[in-house]
Amino acid sequence: MSTPLLQTRDVGKSFGSVIALRDVSMLVNSGEVTCVLGDNGAGKSTLIKILSGVHVQDRGEYLVDGAPVRLGGPREALDRGIATVYQDLAMIPLMSVWRNFFLGSEPVTGRPRRLDVARAKDVARRELLDMGIDIRDVDQPVGTLSGGERQSVAIARAVHFGARALILDEPTSALGVKQAGVVLRYIARARDRGLGVVFITHNPHHAFPVGDRFLVLNRGTSLGEFAKADITRDELTSLMAGGAELDQLAHELGRDGPAGAGVTPER
Amino acid sequence: MTSVTADERVAGAGWVRRLLIRPELGSVVGAVAVFAFFSSQSAVFRSAEGVANWLDPASTLGIMAVAIALLMIGGEFDLSAGVLTGTTGLVVVTLATRYGLDVWTAMLAGLVLALAVGFVNGLLVVRTRLPSFIVTLGTFLMLQGLNLGVTKALTGTVQVGGLRRVEGYESARALFAGSVTVGGVDFRVAIFWWLGVTALATWVLMRTRAGNWIFAVGGNEQAARAVGVPAARTKIALFMTTAVAAWLVGSILALRFSSVQANVGIGQEFIYIIAAVIGGCLLTGGYGSAIGASIGAVIFGMADKGIVFAGWDADWFKFFLGGMLLLATLANRLVRRYAEEVRR
Repeated sequence: MSTPLLQTRDVGKSFGSVIALRDVSMLVNSGEVTCVLGDNGAGKSTLIKILSGVHVQDRGEYLVDGAPVRLGGPREALDRGIATVYQDLAMIPLMSVWRNFFLGSEPVTGRPRRLDVARAKDVARRELLDMGIDIRDVDQPVGTLSGGERQSVAIARAVHFGARALILDEPTSALGVKQAGVVLRYIARARDRGLGVVFITHNPHHAFPVGDRFLVLNRGTSLGEFAKADITRDELTSLMAGGAELDQLAHELGRDGPAGAGVTPER
Repeated sequence: MTSVTADERVAGAGWVRRLLIRPELGSVVGAVAVFAFFSSQSAVFRSAEGVANWLDPASTLGIMAVAIALLMIGGEFDLSAGVLTGTTGLVVVTLATRYGLDVWTAMLAGLVLALAVGFVNGLLVVRTRLPSFIVTLGTFLMLQGLNLGVTKALTGTVQVGGLRRVEGYESARALFAGSVTVGGVDFRVAIFWWLGVTALATWVLMRTRAGNWIFAVGGNEQAARAVGVPAARTKIALFMTTAVAAWLVGSILALRFSSVQANVGIGQEFIYIIAAVIGGCLLTGGYGSAIGASIGAVIFGMADKGIVFAGWDADWFKFFLGGMLLLATLANRLVRRYAEEVRR
């Protein structure tokens, strides 16, 4: 088996006296999707901030391509091909699709240096089509795109700029069922192109169909990392919700019998 | 599902929408209406001499409005821009007439001072994260006090003059405050500076990385920062650009009249902002146009002189100004809503 793209070994992080994350081990392989599941406050954000270079772990090891690293910031993570797409920080609504696509890394030509507009539009259109994203017009403002399309453009952008590992922070949580399906399709597409994807979500129904490995977090600790073969959707759901607590809730809410079983906590 | 068929959905309504979402649209419609109105009232207004006459106030206002438009697209305001035109003018005239500098050296000193003021404005805004409205209101009042205080202390009056007698005046005046004859009509040189500034600003906005960054920091600063846009540097550069424009206008006016009043430029800061808004700039940043701001300045130039040509009381200008602002803001909102409407 080849070296994992990203790996953590017993990482932990405290903020003052608050232990946000304790002894979490996970791995991300190229061409696979690792899902990080957990309820609010489970430590998902802390973990992805370590993976994306925003925080440095206090304990444990973080390995990229098998070598231990201490990332000095998001820029350094990007230079190693680790790109993060945040749910709310993805796009600038009033700017066109192609301007958003190349923002911060605009192609220039000639002297005095000017934007290579023709090339930028062309590349943006082609990259989006390659990801199966059919944008009507790369000149249209991103504000006219749906939430799912925006996430998809952000994913295509990360892929274009050489990401090998893609960290997606709750890309589906604010979306309706159809839009979430669109985003899941692009996650699969990124995976098929050989990227290692870290997919953070609190929705096991989004995670299960697309994931290869599942890390479940609860109150800052790991409840285990499972390969897809070792776990069913229902087990995942009940593990995530803290099985006993959910049974209790079903009991409280149900009129007769377990009518509420299978309820998943949604924000 | 190829790039060929991908275009067919935009072909139909595309060009109408594309025309409508131009930020300049409102100002163009306004300019045509105002021109038609005053032309019908006064034959002089629509003559070549008349055009040269109302393009003159439009030019100095336009240079400032373009710079302010860039700043507003970048998500900030500068209330000190108007009074800074006075400060730079005063500095140029004072240094040249009382401290033995020739006009060109005095102008260079004025430029350095303007850059410093712009830098301080920008640095205060990005470091403190206070609204630029407040920060530049502070510098506005400070500069206003300095202009009056220093001028009175030096001259005992509220104006400095006598630039005409200083070495280098004629050459500087020719370049900044002279006239050019086109087809038998004298046009102020300032008009050509204004056209140049508008063209340069448009090119920077639409065709350079810096332009992309200006839209981005105004549209969503955090998102811009997250993809590596140097947001603080972009904003400080914008404040410095505004200050350079103020220096240019201050110098043009000083060279034109050979003297500067200590209260020059006060109250102009809102006119710049209004011209930029009429030109399609959003008060919230991230959207707008340099050409639009220029056309907004033309509307002001036309109204300013047109009211006189039509033989009305100049007091009506302020009423007109307020009306234009309200109409433009409403039109901008409609246009933007239409542009952003999700097509499914």
